[in-house]
Amino acid sequence: MRLEIKDLRVHYGKIEAIKGISVVVNQGEIVTLIGANGAGKTTTLKTISGLRKVSSGAILFDGQDISKVPAHERVDLGISQAPEGRGIFPGMTVLENLEMGKFNRKDRKSEMKEDLDRIYTLFPRLKERTAQAGGTLSGGEQQMLAIGRALMARPKVLLLDEPSMGLAPMMIANIFKIITTINTELGTTILLVEQNAQQALQRAHRAYVLETGKVVKEAKASDLLNDPDVRAAYLGTGAAAH
Amino acid sequence: MINIRDKGAEIWETWNRPKRVAFVLISIFFAGLLPFAADWGPTSFLNTPITSFQNVLVYPVGMFILMALGLNIVVGKSGLLDLGYVAFFAIGAYSQAILSTKFGWSTWEVLPVGIVIAMFSGMLLGLPALRLRGDYLAIITLGFGEIVRIIALNSKGTGGPNGVAGIPNPPAVFGFKFDLMHPEHYFWLVLGMILLVVWMIRRFTVRRPGRAWEAIRQDEDVAALMGVNTLVYKLWSFVIGAAVGGAAGVLYASKVMVISPDMFKFDVSVLILACVVFGGIGNIWGVILGAGILAYLPDRIRFISDARQVIFGLVLIIMMNLRPDGLLPRKKREKITEKSKK
Repeated sequence: MRLEIKDLRVHYGKIEAIKGISVVVNQGEIVTLIGANGAGKTTTLKTISGLRKVSSGAILFDGQDISKVPAHERVDLGISQAPEGRGIFPGMTVLENLEMGKFNRKDRKSEMKEDLDRIYTLFPRLKERTAQAGGTLSGGEQQMLAIGRALMARPKVLLLDEPSMGLAPMMIANIFKIITTINTELGTTILLVEQNAQQALQRAHRAYVLETGKVVKEAKASDLLNDPDVRAAYLGTGAAAH
Repeated sequence: MINIRDKGAEIWETWNRPKRVAFVLISIFFAGLLPFAADWGPTSFLNTPITSFQNVLVYPVGMFILMALGLNIVVGKSGLLDLGYVAFFAIGAYSQAILSTKFGWSTWEVLPVGIVIAMFSGMLLGLPALRLRGDYLAIITLGFGEIVRIIALNSKGTGGPNGVAGIPNPPAVFGFKFDLMHPEHYFWLVLGMILLVVWMIRRFTVRRPGRAWEAIRQDEDVAALMGVNTLVYKLWSFVIGAAVGGAAGVLYASKVMVISPDMFKFDVSVLILACVVFGGIGNIWGVILGAGILAYLPDRIRFISDARQVIFGLVLIIMMNLRPDGLLPRKKREKITEKSKK
């Protein structure tokens, strides 16, 4: 698996939101895109998953340009996203939400069970809530559900859009721990978009810093943690996660 | 306020199969007796003053229920606001009118063709329109409804503003005659179609299309992220809704025998939508109840003539305030239920 974005440009009407960025995600990596509001992080992810149209440039997945492939087919290729704001179906139960994650996979019942077991092992909390409506879960539980649902499709690459958004500090630490677990134990490649740069950089292998639709820095995550510019702009003094 | 629908579902869950079948058969039996309700002492209050009760049961009551069920697939199940649903009703009715008067087809021959024509026009409308969402989609469907009516108004083949007269009644089936003297036969026919549509919707709902529609209604973007081909499933709900509207139109034309463009105005679309919302958007039992009441009420209170529409409006306003989710709302999942607590 190799995901490569080449000189990507994306427009909202006449406004250019992504101004030619290039990002590479290799098999087994956690790569993070960090940056302020409006830097283009979410747009980049939405373009990879197919919700946004490409103006120019290419999205190469295992060497093939998928920028014209409709969103619902990219799931089958192995790209799953846990969207910004979690995007769980509030009127469906936890189980139904998870089953939606496998919508196109006509696997046998045993595989569905296998997948559910895998998700429930990862998120025991979801197992307790299996018959509960998604809309009644806490923010952290909803985030677990969004990630679990994306994993149901057995993705090669998992796109996570601000998983820490709106969560309590305890829960943030918990979610990031799980992200590492998914990467190491399931072997899933992860592209993580985060405003919580501190946590993201601690978990990721490599990182890109986005500013107003452009990549301004690209380095090993551990290097960026010590980079004075990044520290000043995104980590602040004290660098407490919030 | 208590949710009767959830209560009903709870009781239903505890029943075994024979009990359920018995309940369904008994319900259908009583529904079949409805045309005689006005003649029977205890329920004679149901009688309508001007049009005979049996005719009211066919049109508007039966037809409205049928159309509301069809519109509910579009609006209630997949959450697409269709303000031009009358167009499919009109297309069905004109199919029957033209094919029977010009080519001598019987209603039974027209019915499948009329349904196919309605489905095809549903696809024609859906393909461009369904790329848009919410308000924009609603406006396009509204426009479509008007286009169909105006074409009927201005074409020679459709009889222009005079419409088409002399549409034959359906031929008799198993000795059941369909004519002015036997409105109860029409009612049984419509009842049969309603049951068929209910059965079809229930089949769909528990299978993949139902899940896809539910996902699209709750969040279209996320549905696409789950691998749902949103355009195709939205198109399907549109086309199936159109089929039901078309079928209702074919029957309607062969019952009333004369149709004209002013029967297919925008207000019919709005009224059917009101039936869906009033009864409980997304829940077929609510929709049936809502359409039944809203179709029946104006005829029941016809004796107060001018104040009729005012009363009708008042009932709508008061009920929507008391029960904003409709008479029998769809299953409320946003609350924690007893079952999920354990």
